[in-house]
Amino acid sequence: MQDPSAMPALQITGLNKNFGALQVARDINLALRPGARHALIGPNGAGKTTFVNLITGALPPTSGSVKLYGEDITGLTQAQRAQRGIARTFQINQLFRGVSVLENVCLSIAERTGDCNALWRPAGTGRAVIDEAVHLLDRVRLTEDALKKVSELPYGRQRLVEIAIALGQDPKVLLLDEPAAGVPSAESHIILDVVDSLAEDIAVLIIEHDMDVVFRFAKEITVLVSGGILTAGTPDEIAADERVREVYLGGSHHG
Amino acid sequence: MTDTAAANAVDYLLKRHRFRPSEALPWVLAVAAFFVFPDYMALGTQVLIAIIFALSLDLILGYAGIVTLGHAAYFGVGAYAAGMLSAHGGWNEPLTGLVFAGACAAIVGFLSGWVLLRYHGLTLLMLTLAVAILMQEMANAAEIWTGGFDGLTGITIDPILGMFDNDLWGHHYYWYSLAVLALMFYVTRRIVYSPFGQALVGIRENVGRMHAIGSPVHRRLVTVYTISAAMAGVAGGLFAQLNAFVTLDVLDFARSGAVMIMIILGGTGRLYGAFVGATVFTILEDELAKISPEFWEFGVGLVLVLTVMFVQGGLLGLWDKVSSRWIKRSA
Repeated sequence: MQDPSAMPALQITGLNKNFGALQVARDINLALRPGARHALIGPNGAGKTTFVNLITGALPPTSGSVKLYGEDITGLTQAQRAQRGIARTFQINQLFRGVSVLENVCLSIAERTGDCNALWRPAGTGRAVIDEAVHLLDRVRLTEDALKKVSELPYGRQRLVEIAIALGQDPKVLLLDEPAAGVPSAESHIILDVVDSLAEDIAVLIIEHDMDVVFRFAKEITVLVSGGILTAGTPDEIAADERVREVYLGGSHHG
Repeated sequence: MTDTAAANAVDYLLKRHRFRPSEALPWVLAVAAFFVFPDYMALGTQVLIAIIFALSLDLILGYAGIVTLGHAAYFGVGAYAAGMLSAHGGWNEPLTGLVFAGACAAIVGFLSGWVLLRYHGLTLLMLTLAVAILMQEMANAAEIWTGGFDGLTGITIDPILGMFDNDLWGHHYYWYSLAVLALMFYVTRRIVYSPFGQALVGIRENVGRMHAIGSPVHRRLVTVYTISAAMAGVAGGLFAQLNAFVTLDVLDFARSGAVMIMIILGGTGRLYGAFVGATVFTILEDELAKISPEFWEFGVGLVLVLTVMFVQGGLLGLWDKVSSRWIKRSA
């Protein structure tokens, strides 16, 4: 038996994904230790979101494996992986727009706990779910908006709901796909504060373009280019890496 | 301030499923209708059956977002099941007949739902349509059992509870249908306000996110589809018992279309939309058919077009808008 504390929360080995001749993930190896704060950076079109989709099971890999705390989950569906503790947020909001913020979070919690299997008992009797949801909304500072429909919220606050739903899953591994994307910088600090205050035992992988955020948040950085890992290391190592600079500032991989 | 907001939010969820006084209104009206229009109870019974059928559709369309053009498949299975139980099985007791109708429709709903709910969008729409056409063709082909094109005869139904036969004025069947509707409504309401019901709304609002949060979407959809089919089957069974006659048109596309119109007219995903839509549609159909036996469908179509164009959320949505404006003005 391996020491569980030494076991990676998430271990990705030799992951490949081809769409016909197009290779969108090339032999990706990556491990997140429990409590990791890992940033995934790379130019647009590098395959960052595809990589997240491969981890969550939204896309099946062509080859390679994904392990969650030692368990091979490569063959599991997206929902099964989510039930085991992989949560993600989306670059473009994926919310339950027609219902209240509170219900968005309740739903995520109730699907995790299995409450949603109950079809004869009023949802209002699930006090544990409701209390947890209220507590969670407090953590992400959405209490004032609890009873507002998501579609009535300004975009920045919708981004918080996006994170709150993922946190409702009580994740072991959390994948944040550009959490502050599209939010005016005056408001983005609220989101980044929430990201900073995530529980220490959650392994977090964040995709982010804003280098200030990356260097503030991440302990490790992986640079993805054209579907493959260019390099990985500590923020200092990445900052000093000529190749990374070239990718971001040089000619071929603009914008 | 934050504490009150949190308390309000909790309070809202804790109380949401409680019956509101206004919810008594449709039942009061249904009872009142019996005393005010005793000569119209045959039409009244049709309305009640239509409400049960529309309610079953609201559960899948309004809550889970499953768009179907073949819901008559389950109404028809229920009608034939109840009819054949008497005509061929010699079992004439009506309550067990309804249970049988619901069970048969549930089985067909489960099997067809298992397959077709793996698809969505246009494919799903076409598959629901195909299921209903398939059922109708089967009913037509199995002439020995169903009577085929000539219809299923030889149905005799015992008095309800051994006491109330199908009287000439339709009074007994009105109460019978109202009792069945009340039961079906209670079941639907329980489901809608349950955590399972919330998951259905989640699937309607964003199925992709439901997968991402670990919801067994297919299982949830098949479950609600089966329940809905059972309810539609009960409506069909009631219809067969009422008329003591079943023809192929219980499975007709026109019936699938009509129930869709009813629920859109009344307002989807709001329980009482079925009551409003089915009532307005059935009475309108009846009145327009009296005025113009050939062109009544034109009138129904016109009302639907106007509703869809100008009132989002159907007639109940309109009522919400008008009443909230009125409250604002008086405040």
